[in-house]
Amino acid sequence: GVWRFQVSAALKEGRVGPRELCQRCLARIKSSGVLNAYISVAEETALKQAEESEKRYKRGQPLGVLDGIPVAVKDNFSTAGIETTCASNMLKGYISPYNATVVQKLLDQGAVLLGKTNLDEFAMGSGSTDGVFGPVRNPWSYSRQYKEKSVPKSHSEDEECNWVITGGSSGGSAAAVASFTCFAALGSDTGGSTRNPAAHCGVVGLKPTYGLISRHGLIPLVNSMDVPGILTRCVDDAAVVLGSLAGHDPKDSTTIQDNFKPFELPDSPDVSKLSIGIPKEYQAPGLSSEILALWSKAADLFKNAGAKVTEVSLPHTRYSIVCYHVLCTAEVASNMARFDGLEYGHRSEMNKSTESMYAATRREGFNDVVRGRILSGNYFLLKQNYEKYFIKAQKVRRLIANDFLKVFGSGVDILLTPTTLSDAVPHAEFIKEDNRTRSAQDDILTQAANMAGLPAINVPTALSERGLPIGLQFIGRSFQEKQLLTVAKWFEKQVKFPMIQLEEVKWHSHDVFQHQKSASFS
Amino acid sequence: QAVTVEVLDRLEQLALVDFRDAEGVERLREAIRFADQLREVDTEGVEPMDSVLEDRCLYLREDDVTEGNCTNELLKNAREKVEEYFVAPPGNIPLPKLEERETFLKGS
Repeated sequence: GVWRFQVSAALKEGRVGPRELCQRCLARIKSSGVLNAYISVAEETALKQAEESEKRYKRGQPLGVLDGIPVAVKDNFSTAGIETTCASNMLKGYISPYNATVVQKLLDQGAVLLGKTNLDEFAMGSGSTDGVFGPVRNPWSYSRQYKEKSVPKSHSEDEECNWVITGGSSGGSAAAVASFTCFAALGSDTGGSTRNPAAHCGVVGLKPTYGLISRHGLIPLVNSMDVPGILTRCVDDAAVVLGSLAGHDPKDSTTIQDNFKPFELPDSPDVSKLSIGIPKEYQAPGLSSEILALWSKAADLFKNAGAKVTEVSLPHTRYSIVCYHVLCTAEVASNMARFDGLEYGHRSEMNKSTESMYAATRREGFNDVVRGRILSGNYFLLKQNYEKYFIKAQKVRRLIANDFLKVFGSGVDILLTPTTLSDAVPHAEFIKEDNRTRSAQDDILTQAANMAGLPAINVPTALSERGLPIGLQFIGRSFQEKQLLTVAKWFEKQVKFPMIQLEEVKWHSHDVFQHQKSASFS
Repeated sequence: QAVTVEVLDRLEQLALVDFRDAEGVERLREAIRFADQLREVDTEGVEPMDSVLEDRCLYLREDDVTEGNCTNELLKNAREKVEEYFVAPPGNIPLPKLEERETFLKGS
């Protein structure tokens, strides 16, 4: 194949070795510890993997583009020998005996697994603030771009009060990629958990079509909506990672059996023959005027390039979040039932009876958010409520999915929408509202794609007035990731999103990182 | 609709998690209020959707044993075990009634 990749090319040409790359990333993880992006750092195993990779490069036999590339994985993916906690007391100390399929695939390609990233407990939340290991800080909090726009205070007061959230729940993964500690990270996406932090951290966040990538080993939240998400610094990288992860997995029977062919994106994508839809309902209450203006400018970009840009309607959009709330809590109530302390995870000292042991274990192991969702879910599933809430929500789900089918059926290829309602808010402000309220507000633009199982991607677009990233979202047709990523790549080239200027962490000047808009591996 | 103490008690027993405090109960009430918005949607003649992949057949593999014999691996993560058994406290003992449980609901 044609090696048009940067870090990968550098590795192949011997300008940098996997071991050195790994060491630099590990050092960077240490120096950017204030971000709290990582829960576990697997230093020893990562260096071993890097050494193996180095041997392969010396022999001229790298396994592929990902060989030697440092990656991070959200801590709700099972990793053999490395703790998997889901940022919960329930799984502190839990060491999975197996790798999630997506983790195994990355390792089989020679990727170097640096560690597990921080998240909201059990991936429930939109801020990455509710895990037991504390909140994740958005690297842009420490950027020159943000500091320049902040009201000047005394320097130390500044950083402690003003740091902004990453969004969530895959905030650790987004922060890890945005702060250059790794070249790609896995997240998960159930209601927007990959795209939301991607938007706030200025990175590419891809939610693939439901059924394309295996969920085996991804600790489940909502079985009918969860997907592994991909976070990278540019769209080409996302395509590479997608190529190595997608495809049928006999261990996950919800993966489709169609043959998946990894693809490369065209160097100069052409959008002139495309039809772009602008769903009017996505001008949601609370959408910042900044983002509205950016969205409009983006639509103009496509128009000027010759694409057909039309306003479309997805009439049930505003019920999507309500529907999600019911279906999510119901499935969570079921999925969290496995945590009883008997076979793995936390176990209470209480041993009067199995029931009381289970109750005590769960009382001790789960935080308020998780318990709240379990209780709500059980309420909606009570016999007297089942028809009125759960079945009703399933019917509304079909209406939402049909809205998309109708629009795509009318000739629209891609939808263009905002990803978030605003740029990242300061942590101090975010925690004033409770988790459920925040999730309901923040998931509004991303959630419907999960309802309908459609692929969607956040592309960093511009900086806000506060110097923070704003992203826009593209939603595509089922299993049409190639088209979706092609459009995303075109858009990325147009907007030329600026690179983060981090002051805390010193750059190592090295030709791997020089002359690059966005130190990517592809 | 009043969410009665009986319902709350039942939920604690079904879910085996507790409401912890007034905030927990209020959270449930708000969740119900939020979900009630679904009533506004006309779903006459609409079939419930279980999965977006409903038009496809799930993959079913042959009923052959392809892996296993990992007893030690699996037992590693359990706190209480004896030989190859997970050890549970005595079963068939129902959760204590509301009055006897340590629950916030007792006060209601």
